[in-house]
Amino acid sequence: MTAVLAALLALCVFPGLLFAAAGGLAAEFVDRKLHARMQNRVGPPWFQPLADFVKLLSKEELIPGQADRFVFRAMPILALAAATTALFCIPLFGPRAISRFEGDALVVLYLLTLPTLSFFLGGWASTSPYASIGSMRSLTQLFAYEVPLLMVLMAPGLLAGSWSLSGMALFFQAHALLALSNLPGLCVALVALLGKLEKVPFDLAEAETEIVAGTFTEYSGRRLAFFRLAVDVEAVVAASLLASVFLPWGLSLPLAATVPLYLFKVLAVLFVLALLRTILARLRLEQMLEFCWKWLAPAAMLQLLISVLLAGGLSR
Amino acid sequence: MSPVTIPVGPQHPALKEPESFDITLEGERILGVTMRLGYNHRGIEKACEARSWVQDLFLLERICGICSHAHSTAFCMAVEDIASLQVPPRAQFIRTLVGELERIHSHLLWLGVAGHEIGLDTLMMYAWRDRETVMDLLALLTGNRVNYGINLIGGVRRDVSAEQLEQVLRSIDFLEQRVRYYVEVARTESTLHQRLAGVGPLSMDDARRLGAIGPTGRASMVDRDTRRDDPYLAYGEVQFKVITDWHCDVYGRTLVRLGELLESFSIIRQLAARLPAGPLKVKAPRKVPAGQAVARYEAPRGEDLHFVRSNGTERPERVKVRAPTLANLASVAKMLENHRLADVPIVIAAIDPCFSCTDRAVRLARSAGCERLSWAELRQHGIDWYRREAGLDLAALDRRLAAHPPPGGPP
Repeated sequence: MTAVLAALLALCVFPGLLFAAAGGLAAEFVDRKLHARMQNRVGPPWFQPLADFVKLLSKEELIPGQADRFVFRAMPILALAAATTALFCIPLFGPRAISRFEGDALVVLYLLTLPTLSFFLGGWASTSPYASIGSMRSLTQLFAYEVPLLMVLMAPGLLAGSWSLSGMALFFQAHALLALSNLPGLCVALVALLGKLEKVPFDLAEAETEIVAGTFTEYSGRRLAFFRLAVDVEAVVAASLLASVFLPWGLSLPLAATVPLYLFKVLAVLFVLALLRTILARLRLEQMLEFCWKWLAPAAMLQLLISVLLAGGLSR
Repeated sequence: MSPVTIPVGPQHPALKEPESFDITLEGERILGVTMRLGYNHRGIEKACEARSWVQDLFLLERICGICSHAHSTAFCMAVEDIASLQVPPRAQFIRTLVGELERIHSHLLWLGVAGHEIGLDTLMMYAWRDRETVMDLLALLTGNRVNYGINLIGGVRRDVSAEQLEQVLRSIDFLEQRVRYYVEVARTESTLHQRLAGVGPLSMDDARRLGAIGPTGRASMVDRDTRRDDPYLAYGEVQFKVITDWHCDVYGRTLVRLGELLESFSIIRQLAARLPAGPLKVKAPRKVPAGQAVARYEAPRGEDLHFVRSNGTERPERVKVRAPTLANLASVAKMLENHRLADVPIVIAAIDPCFSCTDRAVRLARSAGCERLSWAELRQHGIDWYRREAGLDLAALDRRLAAHPPPGGPP
């Protein structure tokens, strides 16, 4: 009985839906506020993301007549569910995540790709030309940033000899200095994350001045609210992932220390993301692909090489 | 993927005014562009014929919210030409001063819009914040932030005091420092350069053939500027360079506008140093003598042209306005050839379009089945149409009630 209760609590409260949603909304606020302050604006009050969410929930929902109704309706839920589920396998306040098994790193990456796929399918199903073009762009983008991201997230795994995020975290608790070798990977991951979260300079899929709202053009009301929440949750999950993989220090400290430490790491990641999106212009699709394959992928290869060499040196 | 046509406009986030660009795409590449103008026709020219000369001055100032001074000054110059009025030098200087301040606010506004179109909102926030400085100056000098209303036929409405001039010079110093920073940003920031360089090319020959004017033409080495070629107001008495650029693309158009800002600062300093004393206006007659005149004015977006004809009454017989956007619009389709969808907003924005300025010509229907209406008929048609569209067609309701009387008869 208590086990069931605990599982339910984990699903709904921590680190489940409630925690993810609260974290996502907070992350959106931090991002918007930082962005605004860097642009010399006042920025929104802390409750603005929540207010937007509630307002959207109460709005009328329209589904285009020609849309595939099932896909159109299911995609926001899928995006939110996938992003939230990923949180279970990420070590947050200690080296051990709630759910851990060999290979969970791949599962997390897969779950983080699902929202992008759901944006694609949702946009495609809505049949509007803006949404179709946005969908094509988001899928084309996916191939450009996903490969470098996958490579740099696997590099620490190679070093730790584990395909589990918790395993990596435990390994780096024992070898704290080795985590420094992953810093080039952190830079690559931060840039790739801009693509995953579809932020400037990689926000082509929802480039406002070109294709209105891109994939989300036809979404309104509740479904749009869930899509936006999914993006927010994805942001906080991805930031937590980067924090646990590339900044694994101090996870074995007592809880009173790891909670502020976790917040600090996530805020640092969010800060860099906000800074990059403030100072850069949106790239064109072919410029984005060129950048990712010409610079990001080789940098990721370099990180892999460093990790392989270090792992070889360690095993000797 | 088969070619798709996506509508950019008449309602689209990239356009601040309604205008339609139907863009046929194959993937991201543009196959063709179809433009449609005329969503913003307001009948201003016709309305001018029904108003007095002074009323027209204020009506024409409202053609545009950005280059309003350009339109009212061009109209004043044409009327003063017909009536042979000698505008006092001090008034000429004040008009020039306000005109250059207007150019500064227009170009800074453009810089912000350009930033927004390529996803660099930070540039927009910065440029528009700095633009507030010049808006404050305009409010200080004229009392209004837009539609300054400083012009009168025969002079200007308000004087400029020495303290106001000092404030202008102080603010200009600040703005110059900011614009130099933007020039540096434009030259060094790599994503900005990537999005602007090589985009929307317009060769010098094409620019001449399609009649591109203003910064759009000058960025393709078309060395034309009415301020120098046909000096009006006080432009004959100040030194300035006409900025041209050989890039022939959006990047060049950015550099030209930034360069023109720096020239405007220099012009304002010269004007302030040499502001002559004297009266502000001469008396203008209520009835302008018969005659016609053309006035040319270098608005921030290019040459603005006003044609005015008087038949010796209290009202003009004809007023014709050719706003600069109309001259530049033809080159947009050329610039977009073989480009990508992502470049559409910035290429359109790069001519600094003002569609409501432009949409003035009524299309002349020559095909069969069209009827020509008199002014009174057209007016009645408009009134009827709006009644019907607003769902307030009481006449139709009466007819329906008469045809199907409610059971029991009227109460």
